[in-house]
Amino acid sequence: MSDREFEPRIVAFFCSWCTYTAADLAGVSRMKYASNIRIIRLMCSGRVDPQFIMDAFARGADGVLIGGCHPGDCHYISGNYKCLRRFHLLKRMLSDLGIEENRLRLEWISAAEGDKVKRVVNEMVQQVRALGPLDLPGRFGEWDKEVRELDARIQQEHDAGPCEAHAVKESQA
Amino acid sequence: MTDKPKVAFYWCASCGGCEESVVDLAEAILEVVQLVDIVFWPVAIDTKKADVERMADGSIAVSLINGAVRTSEQEEMAQLLRRKSQLVVAYGSCAQMGGIPALANQYSRERILRTVYEEVPTVDNPNKVRPQPDYVDDAQICVHLPEFRQRVRSLDQVVDVDYTLPGCPPTPKLLAEALHAILDGNLPPKGTVLAPDTALCDACPRKDSKPEDVGYTEFKRPHWTILDPEKCFLAQGVVCMGPATRSGCDAQCIRGNMPCTGCFGPTSRVHDQGAKIVSSICSSIAAEDSDGIESTLSGIPDPVGTFYRYGLSKCLLRGRVDAVDAARSSQEGTR
Amino acid sequence: MNGGNGDGDLRIGVYVCHCGINIASMVDVEKVAERAAAMPHVVVARDYKYMCSDPGQQMIAQDVRNHRLNRIVVAACSPLLHEKTFRGAVERAGLNPFFFHMANIREHDAWVHENRDEATTKAIDLIRAAVRRVGHHKALERRTVSINPNVLVVGGGIAGIHAALKIADAGRRVYLVERELSIGGHMAKFDKTFPTLDCAACILTPKMSQVKDHPNITLWTYSEVAGVEGFVGNFKAKIRRKPRYIDEETCVGCLECIEACIFKEGKFPDEYNEGLSKRKPMYIPFPQAVPQVTAIDPETCLHFKTGKCKQPCVSVCDRKAIDFDQKERIEEIEVGAIVIGTGFQTFNPTDRLPQYGYKILDNVYTALEVERLVNSSGPTGGEVVLRDGSRPRAVGILHCIGSRDTKTNIWCSRVCCMYSLKLAHLVHERTKAEVYNFYIDMRAPGKGYEEFYNRLLEEGVHFIRGKVGGVTDWAMVPEEEGRLVIRVEDTLGGFVRRVPVDMVVLSTGLEPRADADDVRRTFNISCSTEGFFLERHPKLAPVETASDGIYLAGCCQAPKDIPDTVAQAGAAAAEALALIDRGEVELEPNTAYIDADECSGCKSCLSLCPYNAISFIEEKKKAEINEALCKGCGTCVAACPSGSIIQNLFEDDEIFSEIAEVLSDV
Repeated sequence: MSDREFEPRIVAFFCSWCTYTAADLAGVSRMKYASNIRIIRLMCSGRVDPQFIMDAFARGADGVLIGGCHPGDCHYISGNYKCLRRFHLLKRMLSDLGIEENRLRLEWISAAEGDKVKRVVNEMVQQVRALGPLDLPGRFGEWDKEVRELDARIQQEHDAGPCEAHAVKESQA
Repeated sequence: MTDKPKVAFYWCASCGGCEESVVDLAEAILEVVQLVDIVFWPVAIDTKKADVERMADGSIAVSLINGAVRTSEQEEMAQLLRRKSQLVVAYGSCAQMGGIPALANQYSRERILRTVYEEVPTVDNPNKVRPQPDYVDDAQICVHLPEFRQRVRSLDQVVDVDYTLPGCPPTPKLLAEALHAILDGNLPPKGTVLAPDTALCDACPRKDSKPEDVGYTEFKRPHWTILDPEKCFLAQGVVCMGPATRSGCDAQCIRGNMPCTGCFGPTSRVHDQGAKIVSSICSSIAAEDSDGIESTLSGIPDPVGTFYRYGLSKCLLRGRVDAVDAARSSQEGTR
Repeated sequence: MNGGNGDGDLRIGVYVCHCGINIASMVDVEKVAERAAAMPHVVVARDYKYMCSDPGQQMIAQDVRNHRLNRIVVAACSPLLHEKTFRGAVERAGLNPFFFHMANIREHDAWVHENRDEATTKAIDLIRAAVRRVGHHKALERRTVSINPNVLVVGGGIAGIHAALKIADAGRRVYLVERELSIGGHMAKFDKTFPTLDCAACILTPKMSQVKDHPNITLWTYSEVAGVEGFVGNFKAKIRRKPRYIDEETCVGCLECIEACIFKEGKFPDEYNEGLSKRKPMYIPFPQAVPQVTAIDPETCLHFKTGKCKQPCVSVCDRKAIDFDQKERIEEIEVGAIVIGTGFQTFNPTDRLPQYGYKILDNVYTALEVERLVNSSGPTGGEVVLRDGSRPRAVGILHCIGSRDTKTNIWCSRVCCMYSLKLAHLVHERTKAEVYNFYIDMRAPGKGYEEFYNRLLEEGVHFIRGKVGGVTDWAMVPEEEGRLVIRVEDTLGGFVRRVPVDMVVLSTGLEPRADADDVRRTFNISCSTEGFFLERHPKLAPVETASDGIYLAGCCQAPKDIPDTVAQAGAAAAEALALIDRGEVELEPNTAYIDADECSGCKSCLSLCPYNAISFIEEKKKAEINEALCKGCGTCVAACPSGSIIQNLFEDDEIFSEIAEVLSDV
């Protein structure tokens, strides 16, 4: 991250009918918002598989935003309710797994609410920036340093041949 | 020495149940013994690490390694067996995905050691002595203890794994099938889990009793209720991991009137077993408002322990992400 | 057809659109194309001024031939705008149209960011994701379903009437559903129309009777759409037909029953006349009503209230058309397209702008009330008189009431300037009163509108530029005594004025109907922020909605005048006819399917489908999706606990690869 201010990476899953369209509207209306967000289009917020969210975090997202139609407005009648139910348990589970609450957000944004896309994205970027990097790939790498170190040592012993193995071990100790 | 294929068994962080399951082959084990040469099996025969070290690389046909990997010794042994073996099989839930020991990934190493060596009421340790990896005794001999790792790992997070036999423990039937497949050279593509690739419901004796629309209004833990011995657990509002868990266990828990807790892990199409069961179960909650949903979900007080009982190492997040000793995070698991 | 699915033989072409300078001004398109060229399996990467233009599309076709490409990524505008265009180009180039993915670097990138480096990085990320994703794309076939040729038109104002007639004239069956007792809508209340001053009734009533007589139109008045199911080409609608207690088939509109009613005089406010006159419980909304059928208002009818009426209406009706036992009925119809023309309501200043004295001071009227006063079939026979029957000597017309104001409605209602001029002309003509127009800006942008404004200037109508602060009956000087005083800052004169008048006309704006939100939900369409129904695209699809097969006409979409409404209604009719004449409609192949070998029959998905597309096959003990019913939301896919349901175009691997690549900084 060097001395530059930390720029969070937000992955967003937007339903095609409401929130993705709202993001298009924000564009057409030339509203300006933070560029930290990468939007992935799904047909419905009901398609948001909790695996997507966890995978996004595991691959380096600092925040995940889900956008769907307002309750009662789902293009597919009730997909957003399924999303909401999963969101409740997933949020609690992620909190138990050490992911801060503000890193996962669900917003109902209708096709007309381009301004809400702008507000929510800016707000979230600010909140996640305050939380600092999640950087799970980095954390995983750090955790696994211990495994890699042993790998390297064993490789070294192996290369040295069986008779010298003991000596290497001692010198390490 | 014979020219029969050589087989090794090893246990890492395990309860011994997997070892039992080998013995559970019963008479069939005699057949196995006739066909193979068991060259290493610490729990049953007196062979040492040094014996393995002396073997030529790749001379063991197959090593079946059970248990999760928590210590440097287990890592070393896994590495060693990997080098000496043509095939490595992750044997059982712990080797496959961390198993019960992986639930420790919710806590930092420091927290675990402190609890075990200092805080447990039955421990008398006024000097707060902890295990020391290197110790020089009075005779000036250096004794090395394996290191307790930051995280509990599945076998494939440490070494390359060819096949997986799932289960806590794997059934003798699956083991026998796997051994025969290996001996006959009749093997599926590398990486295959040697169990059916459908979820448990496919083989569940209670399948017909599940209604088309469950519409959960509450969840009950198994000990909160008298379980109907015939009816689908989910239809009784009891979390059952069956829909998200590979079959192959002959539904033993179900037959014993206990819901599936997920020990066979997910199907090959699923990246994260816990995420998938969350998605499936929650979708069918009856409530549409946040309060109603929360109230229904209050019957699942510990989602991580419920949905990753055997699989936390293979959870996409690998456990509580801030539960580590390192300076990176001062926060630590408090649950 | 080039169609290798294996990773090894992927040959991807990437096309980065400048969109003139729309994208290129914020995204370094050359750099993006350069970076795309280095991505795995990318054989060609180019940037071009307008990818959607013919040469742009040709370029793709040429590259497919010359470089044996089998996957195409276009980074340009939103896929909602041009995905179809480029799929067509890909198909013409000989590839399966679904071997294509679009990266949205305009609406989601160039237009919303201000830092060129950041926007460029984002474009590269989105393209990397699209490149990896498109490698997973499968060759798919479009599904087609046949289209029911009938059309439902909702709302019987001028918009609905015009659309219904156009469609019916083209030989298609139309169901026209109107909530009120008669069709005609707001226009039926007007006397003259601007700027030509032709008589509203003379141009509307012939169309109303055409509707009634048209063999292809089924007219259901006093009816509402209770529910709509289905999708483009195959809607099922339930129509609630409310009881009017008169048998429509039998009644000939002789109106004898009204005459005979136990109430000798009208006693209840007449809605059609904005409450300026009274009607009986047995009534017809207005003389030219279509259908010419009376109705009984159960709220005021003595029979319904007390059960003790002698029912002279029944005895006078020799056709036995009166039926006190009539019940609400539900009609179920199947249609292929729907035109919504549910109109507007006028702004009600009663509580929202009390400073103008409406409902407080006697002679403050809304414009719609004055429309009735100047109408020869209105409560005063076209005489513009005050409540006491006297003629006003001076009239003030206040523009922009409930328009262009953050406290009420922010939008310009578009018609008020012109109808105010019309009313000014009519009032001046009828009463010779001094007429004052108080306006903020005079908006006269239509054909002949400015000329009409000039004519009014010449007629001696006064124009005072300024937003009126309030209307009061508190006199400061003798000449204000007993009159209404309009307080206004004359922004051209630069001073505050008090203008005494006898009548105040509030030019109230147009707003969405109070129940627009319910209507929107019934039809599964969207509203814009202000509550008017949202068109699919403000310029390219102004009468379509996001729901295929549902079209908009008239003021339900935004305030507009009669010419614009009729034009839009014609456009909506044309769209509906174009759809129907196609005979079948292509559906996105984004349906889900279950791999029977993988399904465990856990039944988790069955109840999740709102369209009942998933069923449990008892013999196999597995679930199965009927792809004809599947609408492609993917909810069951996300919920399948064993990952055994796959959604075309949104497969797990496709989404996971997008996630991986938007996060894989190079």
